[in-house]
Amino acid sequence: MQSLGRATRPHQPPLRRDPAPSRWSYRMQRLWLTPLFRIGFHVGLPVLLLAGVVGLVLMNEGRREAIAGGIAQIKEQFQSRPEFRVNMMAVEGASSDLADAVRAKLAVKLPVSSFKLDLDQMRDRAQELDAVASAELRVRSGGVLQVLITEREPALVWRDEAGLTLIDATGHRVAGLAERADRADLPLVAGQGADNAAPEALALIEAAGPLTHRLRGLVRVGERRWDLVLDRDQRILLPADRPVQALERLLALDQAEDLTSRDLAAIDLRNAARPVLRLAPFALTEARRARGLAAPTKTENDL
Amino acid sequence: MTDLYQSQRAMRALRRTAMQRGVVAILDVGTSKIACLVLRFDGFESQADSEGVGPMAGQSTFRVIGAATTRSRGVRFGEIAVMNETERAIRTAVQAAQKMANVRVDHVIACFSGAEPRSYGLAGELDLLDSVVTEQDVARVMAACDVPPLGDGREVLHAQPVNFALDHRTGLGDPRGQIGNRLACDLHLLSVDASVVQNLLYCINRCDLELAGIASSAYVSGISSLVEDEQELGAACVDMGGGSTGISIFMKKHMIFSDAVRMGGDHVTSDISKGLQVPLVVAERIKTKHGGVHATGMDDREMIEMGGDSGDWEKDRRQVSRTELIGIMRPRVEEILEEVRARLDAAGFDSLPSQQIVLTGGASQIPGLDGLASRILGQRVRMGRPLRVQGLPQAATGPAFSGAVGLCLFAAHPQDEWWDFDIPMERYPARSLKRAFRWFKDNW
Repeated sequence: MQSLGRATRPHQPPLRRDPAPSRWSYRMQRLWLTPLFRIGFHVGLPVLLLAGVVGLVLMNEGRREAIAGGIAQIKEQFQSRPEFRVNMMAVEGASSDLADAVRAKLAVKLPVSSFKLDLDQMRDRAQELDAVASAELRVRSGGVLQVLITEREPALVWRDEAGLTLIDATGHRVAGLAERADRADLPLVAGQGADNAAPEALALIEAAGPLTHRLRGLVRVGERRWDLVLDRDQRILLPADRPVQALERLLALDQAEDLTSRDLAAIDLRNAARPVLRLAPFALTEARRARGLAAPTKTENDL
Repeated sequence: MTDLYQSQRAMRALRRTAMQRGVVAILDVGTSKIACLVLRFDGFESQADSEGVGPMAGQSTFRVIGAATTRSRGVRFGEIAVMNETERAIRTAVQAAQKMANVRVDHVIACFSGAEPRSYGLAGELDLLDSVVTEQDVARVMAACDVPPLGDGREVLHAQPVNFALDHRTGLGDPRGQIGNRLACDLHLLSVDASVVQNLLYCINRCDLELAGIASSAYVSGISSLVEDEQELGAACVDMGGGSTGISIFMKKHMIFSDAVRMGGDHVTSDISKGLQVPLVVAERIKTKHGGVHATGMDDREMIEMGGDSGDWEKDRRQVSRTELIGIMRPRVEEILEEVRARLDAAGFDSLPSQQIVLTGGASQIPGLDGLASRILGQRVRMGRPLRVQGLPQAATGPAFSGAVGLCLFAAHPQDEWWDFDIPMERYPARSLKRAFRWFKDNW
C-alpha cells in the first residue's frame, strides 16, 4: 500500500512562470535607470539622513552641553598630564631686584599646564618693565619656564622737574634715582625733551674730550639744541644742527687760544660764522679799563 | 486625414527629441516574438568628415547597446489580439533591453506586420506659379494628389513621394530649385487598419513609453535585407514571419508596393500539431529541429521522437519519419508562396526590369525553402539576412531579425514622407497667425 500523498510525481515540471515584470517592478527599474534619481538616492539620501540624525541629537540643550562638557573634560585631562606641567620659573640675565619685578609682573601661579601659558603675551608683559630691553620666554624640558632678560644699560642721568631719572643710550627710562651721587659716573642732562635727544648728548659728551673734567652737564634748550655747562658757570651754546662739529671747532680754538680757561660767562656758537664771547662782569670792567675807557660804575649786561 | 497628418507630425517631433537625447528603442511586435533593441546615436559629425567611401547606409551613426527578445503573446496575424498579454510581453522585452543597455528609454519606434496593408499609387500635378520649384510647390503638388477612398476605419501608415517629374523630365529625387513649368509627383500610400495602430499605441503608452514612429514591417525588412543595387534596380522582399508574410517591392530605393499574406510559420506549426496530434510547443520544436520541404530517401529512415506526457506509453513513444513531417509542412509552405506569387502578379511584378526576390524572416529558415521558392516565385530567389549593424548581438543577426534591424536603419535615416513637408499655404485657416507669419517670411 502506498499513501496517497506520495502519488504525485516528484519530477512534475513547475508551472511556467510568467517572465513579464509586474507594472510596478517595471516602473521601479525605469526609475532606477534615471540618472538624477540614482544620484539623489546614492548621495542625497545619506547626506539627508546624516544631517537629520545629527540635528535630532543636537536639538536637546542638555545633550549639547553634555557633549561640549565631555570634550572639555578630555581636553583638560590631556593638558593636565605631568608631561605638560610647568613647575619652575627661571629668570636669567637680570639682577635680583629686576628678577623679582619680572616675577611679580608675570604673576604665574605654578604649577601650571604649558597649554595655559600664552608666551607671547607674557613676553609683552615682561617688556612693559622699563628696565627690560627684551625678554625671551621658552618652556624647557623638565617643566621649566625660562625667562631670558636683557637689561637696559643706564647711560645718562636726566634731571627734570620730577626728579632724577636714569635713561639709557636711546633715551628710554631705566629707573628713578634718589641721589645724583648714587650714579656719579654717569653724565647729567637736563631740560625738557632731553631724553629724546640722548644719542646726541652722548655724542657731544664723547666729543667734549679735554673739557670732560670740567663738564658739569648738558642742558636741552627749547627741545631744540644743547647747552654745554662747565664749572665756573661757563656755558657753551651749541647750534641746533651739527652741534658736534661746532664743539670740535671750539675745542680747536680752545687749544690755540686757551679760550675756556679765560673769564668768560658764555661762548655762543649758534652762528657758525660768528662765534660770540660774553665776558664775565669783572673781566668786562677790566677790559674797559685796560683800553682806557672811563671806568664804568655800572656795567651793562645784555643778558 | 489632417488628424493623422498632425499625429504623424507629432511623432516626428518626438523622434527628433529622441535623437537629441541620443537613445531610442526599436520594437518589432511580431506574432512569434517581440524584439526590442536600444540604439544610441553618436551624432552626425563623424559622417561629415569622412572622405571617399562613406559609412554604409549611415549605420555608423548609431550603435545597438541593448537587445532583448521574448516570446510574443496575444498577437495574431501581426495584430494585437489580447492587449494585456501583449503589454506584458512588450514590458518584458523593453525591461531586458534597458537592463542590458543600462539606460532608460522613453521613445520607441515600432513596426508591425498585420493590419491588412493596402498600397496605392497616387499621382498629382501642378502648374508652377513661379518657374522655380520651392518647398511650398512640393507641398502643394503632394496636396494635389487625389486620394482614393481608403475605406472605413483605415489610416495612412506611409505616404512617400516616390518620384518627381518636371515637364518632360522624370525620375527627379529632389526637384527643389529646379526650373520648369509643370511639376508632377508620384506618391506611394500605404493604408492600414486604424484600430490596429490604435491598439499598438495604447499598449506602448501603457508601458510608459512614447511612440516616436511607426512603420510597416514589410517595408523595414526590405530596407535591411535588400542590398543597395537590388533596392535600386527593383526587387521584392518577402518577409515570412510567424503570423503573416509581408511583401514589399522596391524600386529606385523607394518602396512602390506592399502587401501582406495572413499566413506564416505559426500556421505550419499548427498544421504539424494537428497532423501529428502533439502540443504546439512540441510541434514548434519538431519544426525547427527537423523541418524541411524536400523529402529524400534518407528522410524515410530518420525517425523523430515526439515524446509526450500523457501517461499512455503507446502515445508517448510515438515516432514519425521526417518524410511525414515534410509531407505536412510542404503544402502549407507552398500555399503561402502561391499566395505571395498571386500578390506579386496582382502588383505587376512581372513587368519590372529586375525579378529579384529575397526571402527573409523567421519562417524562411526552413531548409530547402529556396529550392521550393524558386519553383514557385521564379528563378531569381535568394535568402536574405539583415545588414550587419554595429553592436548587434550574434543571436540577433538571423533572418528573423530583419524587421528589427531594418527598423534601426529606418530610425537612423527615415524616408521623407508626406508629413515632413510643410502644409501648403492655402490649407491654413484663413485667420491663422502662421499664415501671416509665412506671408511676411515669403515677402521679405
